[in-house]
Amino acid sequence: MNDAVIKGAGYVLAHVPNLTYELGSTQVMERKKNPDSEYLKKLKRHLRNYEEALAYAPFQAYIGNITPDELSEIPRPWYEGEKIQPVREGRYGEIVPEDEFYAWMLLVDTFDLVWLEDAYLAELRPRLEKHPLIAPPDLKKLGNGKSRAEIEERVEAGGAQPLYLGDRLVGCVRRAHELDENLSAHVIAENMATKASAVLALRHLLAKSGTDPQTVDYIIEASEEAAGDMNQRGGGNLAKAIGEWAGCLAATGSDTRAFCAGPVHALVHAAALVKAGFYKNVVVVAGGAVAKLGMNGKDHVAKGMPLLEDVLGAFAILVAENDGQNPVLCSDSLGQHNIGSGSSPQAVMQALVAHPLERLGLKLSDVDKYSVEMQIPEMTEPAGAGDVPTANYKMIAALAVMRKEIERSQIPEFVVKHGMPGFAPTQGHIPSGVPFIGHARDLILTGKLQRTMIIGKGSLFLARMTNLFDGVSFLIEKNPGRSDVSGVGKDALKKLVADALRQVAANLAPAGE
Amino acid sequence: MDLENQARIKELGEKHGEKELVVILGSSDPDSAELAAETVTAGDPTYAGPLAGVPLGLPVYHIMEEEIKFQVDPQVYEEQVAMMEMVLDVEALIEAVKRMREEHSKL
Repeated sequence: MNDAVIKGAGYVLAHVPNLTYELGSTQVMERKKNPDSEYLKKLKRHLRNYEEALAYAPFQAYIGNITPDELSEIPRPWYEGEKIQPVREGRYGEIVPEDEFYAWMLLVDTFDLVWLEDAYLAELRPRLEKHPLIAPPDLKKLGNGKSRAEIEERVEAGGAQPLYLGDRLVGCVRRAHELDENLSAHVIAENMATKASAVLALRHLLAKSGTDPQTVDYIIEASEEAAGDMNQRGGGNLAKAIGEWAGCLAATGSDTRAFCAGPVHALVHAAALVKAGFYKNVVVVAGGAVAKLGMNGKDHVAKGMPLLEDVLGAFAILVAENDGQNPVLCSDSLGQHNIGSGSSPQAVMQALVAHPLERLGLKLSDVDKYSVEMQIPEMTEPAGAGDVPTANYKMIAALAVMRKEIERSQIPEFVVKHGMPGFAPTQGHIPSGVPFIGHARDLILTGKLQRTMIIGKGSLFLARMTNLFDGVSFLIEKNPGRSDVSGVGKDALKKLVADALRQVAANLAPAGE
Repeated sequence: MDLENQARIKELGEKHGEKELVVILGSSDPDSAELAAETVTAGDPTYAGPLAGVPLGLPVYHIMEEEIKFQVDPQVYEEQVAMMEMVLDVEALIEAVKRMREEHSKL
């Protein structure tokens, strides 16, 4: 088999409390329904500052500074007190502060839609100059900014979306059309934030994996955003828009959409393209979802907690041709929820977990770790949605009971052994299976993990086009190494050895005469 | 409960009445099961949807209650629901729905 490998991964969070307050859909709806809302008044007091976000242990797991197993050792609630070193840079990426993130939005804007104030940009510049992923041409692209008066005018009379840092207006995102709601300032701000966070994740992936951007052949973008205009609302190809700002000049690309399951579908596509020989290096990338910021904010505020959903999540994963070293994405291990599979949780888990393992002659306990919907439990529990990853692990354990692999009393033990705590923000596609891939790659390369199953699930009913559920899964395993060298390769090796022996023999002959 | 679903249940409840209609819940969490059961019996307690102040009094059960479970083909139940029985707090779910049913259902 010549399966594709996972050659690298980048993970980024952007801490954006002001975007959360201004543009998160829960807040936007509340403002529309009830402009004097008590919730909105209280909310500002529940927003975390950057240092608090850095000290939030699950975020440190997301960017790779601690493993999920290490996170499980840290007592909850994780949001109370500083239980971990607050570090910006991670093994896989970084947690970028909001003031710098606005600069990233400006950097990736090609239509003069993002404006930042001149004085603010000047303040920011020394920090941007030190950022390892911001090059001199980037600084040139940022320009000198606009005057405060110009920005105020756009916000007050031109339908622009203001960009705040606390009470300070530091910029705006302009609308791209007077009437088309798909190009309104709000939608452009959302898409620009998605694009900016994705670009940052892609730059981290390329830098940290030592990949020349020019060697990327194809990019698949897998967020849940729709980029287009009134005649093609989801026209798309954010993939190329992102690759353009990461130096991937020799790549083309396209977008894959499947709600939260999008990234795992995209990884399957990437692996197939590589295995079929169409491309050598395919990147799957996705930026964050502005609308989902503060999605459960009302419950967090009502329970006196900090508003935890204050970050955009982004990731980028490099799927490449088999190098004999990196972990393989096993093409014979695909699990999929078919149109005819049925939508009950049991039918879904059978299709995604039990069926592929059965086909391979494996037991459920043969998978060291399952990466499911990895939402941080503290974000979902206050809203009554429970601990989502644990619920998934219990379902997998229950399947093991039904298949008589374990006793019912062993369910808790199975959950601990084959599961992990959720460590990704509730950004839909971001927590869905993919957050563990960076960790899994490292753990497999260091021999601490043999096999993991990546599971993506999606709720298709949200678009009101179908009541079907969706999901897809695959195994990532230790690379068996060069044992899979093809017959041609073996012959070539034999010839090399034979040639070498002949040379040795030829050299020996004169000495013997 | 979702406002669209409330509208649909209100329409069906008013059309068929409590003698011809049974609500079967599949909620995985006791609190949301209780909320749903209350909504279709006493009315929407959050006063947000079409069932606010509309006490339909419908008979309401959770799928895992024996009255319903034993009416389902055992093979289908095994294939569709048995796994979740091991995962969920079945007693709490049943208790939550039963309490609302006994208090507010007309039957």
